[in-house]
Amino acid sequence: MNTAIITVILTLCKLALIFGVVLSMAAYLVLAERKLLGRMQLRYGPNRIGPGGMIQPLCDVIKLITKEDFIPERADKWLFLFAPGLTALTALLSFAVVPFAPPVTLFGQELPMVVCDLNIGLLYLLGLSSLGVYGVVLGGWASNSKYSLLGAMRSLGQLLSYELAMGLALIPVVLSAKSFSITEIVMSQATLPNLVKHPLAFLIFMISVAAESKRTPFDMPEAENEIVGGFHTEYSGMRFGLFFVGEYINLIVIGAMVTVLFLGGWHGPLLPPVAWFLIKVLFVAFVFIWARGSMPRPRYDQLMRFGWTVMIPIGVINILLTAAVLLAINS
Amino acid sequence: MASIMFYLLSLILLTATLLCIFQRNPVHAVLYLVLGFFSLAIMFYLLGAPLVAAWEVIVYAGAIMVLFLFIIMMLGLAPQDRPEGPGWQRWLPFVILMAAVLACTLVIIALDPAATAQGEPYSLGPQDFGEALFGKYALAVQVVSFQLLFAAVGAYNLGRIQRGKGKP
Amino acid sequence: MTLWRDIKGTLQPFWITLGYLFQKPVTIQYPEVKRTPPPRYRARIVLTRDPDGGERCVACHLCSGACPVDCISMQAAEDADGRRYAAWFRINFSRCIFCGLCAEACPTLAIQMTPDYEICNRDILNLVYEKEDLLIDGCGKDTQYNFYEHAGIGVANERGRNQDEYGPVDPKSLLP
Ligand code: SF4
Ligand code: SF4
Repeated sequence: MNTAIITVILTLCKLALIFGVVLSMAAYLVLAERKLLGRMQLRYGPNRIGPGGMIQPLCDVIKLITKEDFIPERADKWLFLFAPGLTALTALLSFAVVPFAPPVTLFGQELPMVVCDLNIGLLYLLGLSSLGVYGVVLGGWASNSKYSLLGAMRSLGQLLSYELAMGLALIPVVLSAKSFSITEIVMSQATLPNLVKHPLAFLIFMISVAAESKRTPFDMPEAENEIVGGFHTEYSGMRFGLFFVGEYINLIVIGAMVTVLFLGGWHGPLLPPVAWFLIKVLFVAFVFIWARGSMPRPRYDQLMRFGWTVMIPIGVINILLTAAVLLAINS
Repeated sequence: MASIMFYLLSLILLTATLLCIFQRNPVHAVLYLVLGFFSLAIMFYLLGAPLVAAWEVIVYAGAIMVLFLFIIMMLGLAPQDRPEGPGWQRWLPFVILMAAVLACTLVIIALDPAATAQGEPYSLGPQDFGEALFGKYALAVQVVSFQLLFAAVGAYNLGRIQRGKGKP
Repeated sequence: MTLWRDIKGTLQPFWITLGYLFQKPVTIQYPEVKRTPPPRYRARIVLTRDPDGGERCVACHLCSGACPVDCISMQAAEDADGRRYAAWFRINFSRCIFCGLCAEACPTLAIQMTPDYEICNRDILNLVYEKEDLLIDGCGKDTQYNFYEHAGIGVANERGRNQDEYGPVDPKSLLP
């Protein structure tokens, strides 16, 4: 019983730690994105509040909280109120299965550095990332506005078409790790990260994960110059803030997913494992911000055609090739 | 413990499905259905089939229901003249059921945070599942998938834009 | 070939933005660093004076007529010698768009634009400038010009005695 209590307490500690780290990281990722985008466009980005603009996130939060929380007339009120939280929640829950360091021994007990080491962790991640669309869609639908509805429908279509490609890109990883458990997938990359073993899968995964999480260049659901604000057109104040924070938590989730699945997780020379993990996550986040600064937005039909006629066939071929090579090596 | 939870979850599942049938607004019906899928997924997990549980969430809640929503929105099936949007009384069953499902999940996680003690004799890991799917039942799976292929080809044929004829 | 072009077109922007990332931004950090605008910059409006120190404005209302947002208002008055001036003159800078049409319309070069662009204020009423706020002591851009030296109703000189001015025409005479 004693060990069980310790386990529960340690789990809660890990949970609190991850929540704190992820939320503050999300806040500062917003700042980092604004500053990096600024520098890429030869601007400074926010640099007024605090040294180098470091207190800007706090000010943003105060601004969002003190704004009027507007509910459109004839909106589906309760759905409208509940949708933004759903987005942030699904993004946060994804961290439960991400291992950020090798297991350590504490109080004479082997302690895995992950909240919940499911043996189907990868599927859990996939499931949550496909559930994440519900917040966006329900919010867009409940707003009772044309632009919101269009944004919601776009995000639905985008999710449906790119989720397939994403799943296909993950199969080679599972094949070479022989497990759905994320910890074991990381373990299998101790010598060589999957990026080297499956470069094509990595490419497909990066593109489809960007499309699925609505990152620019695939941010059609909120394309400002076509459909105002897309699904969050009618949102204001902290509810908009929740969508916003959810998006950045999602960026960290993507960073963590790419890190554990393709970049070798916590493995790395010299530095402690957690540091390597963080560095890799932040690097992936940087790549996505970089893409936002560099790429224009394609048209929606182009996006769909690309997803169905390029990404999915390449994904299938990649699986067949990987399976053949693995069979040849093993036999 | 597991059996109590099983009956609780099946109660939730039945209630959610009934409520789904009685909703006038299709989007709300979809929400209840999703809730039902969640409780079904947890039931599968309790029965020792975590992989099936995951598929339940990914495929049904995450893809098929999303497709349903897409079609509902595209055809504008939701009632146009919603007076106010339902009040909190209308959402109460949803909130209660949701809370119950979440509570069950939390209890499961709290009892077994590492998900290691799937010591039940009927536990079914991903590998066993795969072997059953592509070994013992390979033929059945092929037949079913061919059925899906026929459906897809048929749908494509119906929706095809014929040259010179415009949209059907 | 097209594929190669597409790949290049996708990767090149990344390289370019990476280059920009390490360049010094072109932003001017405003409150600390201030640019000196060129002399003909159109910002805060002033009313100027003659070289002799008299007010140039003759309250002709041309500026207020030219103003597209109608932010100039005034009341005309007349001296004992017939010289017109503005009894009060008001520009509402909260509406002014600094288009400079008033300065172009002014026949006496009284109203002029200056490069002083820092006239923001927290109270909008402080942006309503009265004649006392507008009138400056100098001649502004044209230091020589005096309207009444060239035209007018006998204020600086008698009628027809100004340089480059013809004498009054006798309407009764038919002679050329
Ligand atoms: S600058 Fe333009 S807007 Fe301003 S007072 Fe003169 S005419 Fe009016
Ligand atoms: S400022 Fe110039 S245009 Fe305006 S009333 Fe005076 S003289 Fe006329």
